[in-house]
Amino acid sequence: MTIRDILTYPDERLRQVSGPVVQFDAALQANIDDLEETRLAGPAAVGIAAPQIGWFQRVVIVDVSGRKKTRSHGHLVLINPEITEWEGFVLGREGCLSVPDYTGNVVRAERIQLHALDREGKEQSFEMEGFEARAVQHEMDHLDGLLFLDRLVSRRQDLFQRKVYKE
Amino acid sequence: MLNWYMLTLVGKDRPGIVARVTTTLFEAGCNLGETSMIRLGRNFTVMMMVQGRDADRLRGALQPVVDELQLTLHIDAIEPGLHQRLVPDVCIRVHGADRAGIVSQVTSRAEQAGLNILDLESDVGGTEAEPIYILQIEGVAAQGVDAIRAALAPLQSDGVKVYVHAIDTLIG
Ligand SMILES: [Zn+2]
Repeated sequence: MTIRDILTYPDERLRQVSGPVVQFDAALQANIDDLEETRLAGPAAVGIAAPQIGWFQRVVIVDVSGRKKTRSHGHLVLINPEITEWEGFVLGREGCLSVPDYTGNVVRAERIQLHALDREGKEQSFEMEGFEARAVQHEMDHLDGLLFLDRLVSRRQDLFQRKVYKE
Repeated sequence: MLNWYMLTLVGKDRPGIVARVTTTLFEAGCNLGETSMIRLGRNFTVMMMVQGRDADRLRGALQPVVDELQLTLHIDAIEPGLHQRLVPDVCIRVHGADRAGIVSQVTSRAEQAGLNILDLESDVGGTEAEPIYILQIEGVAAQGVDAIRAALAPLQSDGVKVYVHAIDTLIG
């Protein structure tokens, strides 16, 4: 396993659209292991997407299980993920391994239905909400060449949009 | 050798001020750091971190714009400070009937409970007869969010609503 360099904005390669995984071979497994190793090496990231290490295939890792009071499906390797349903929206603060020293507010769907393959190529589907759903949406954006910077909203406009009643 | 300055400009708001000021700074070879520009009442206010050679040259470059737009200019030398951003972990929102001293009460109690304020804005809405007060604060809760919530709970009365919630920043 190797800790890879993380591409940082404005590296143009972060802007490209990644292609689907078609072969579930040893090379894929090695890349997934590197991706996880790289995620764990940096500042406490709850997710990472393959393009962030210069691997342009549709693979993301999400793990919010280490956070208290957070609903979670545990450690997830999501391959060729697709969101099939979105519900609600909520504002939250995001930062990114590929955008050092900046955080900002972004609107995401509050609940999602998600289909993906696991690292063996087996179908899996999830219903997710809150922080985990946000993490998946953030990581999946990377697969389409998008960063949270593309979705920033002004703090000054959000007073009564944020869900202040739900902690 | 470029130094950092905090540049403050205040004046009657009118269209085009920001563009004029930033263009002038750019043409004078200055770099911008963090900036905050907002209309308060009828006034244009801006504070910007500007990197330039020296304060006199900055002032000289801006003087024509300052005179023409009738702005008040203030320049302070500051320590270089980009990439020093603190990430807020708590957000406080207060709104309700306009009440004397509410900002002072909220900030004093919160600071005693460990709050370091990074960002505060307050506004008065509603009507002139029945003004409502809106306050938003983001900061770092050195003693935790619950300590701040407990400290502010007594203020929640007489038509004043206080919300305290954690900001969970997602890194991914
Ligand atoms: Zn990211």
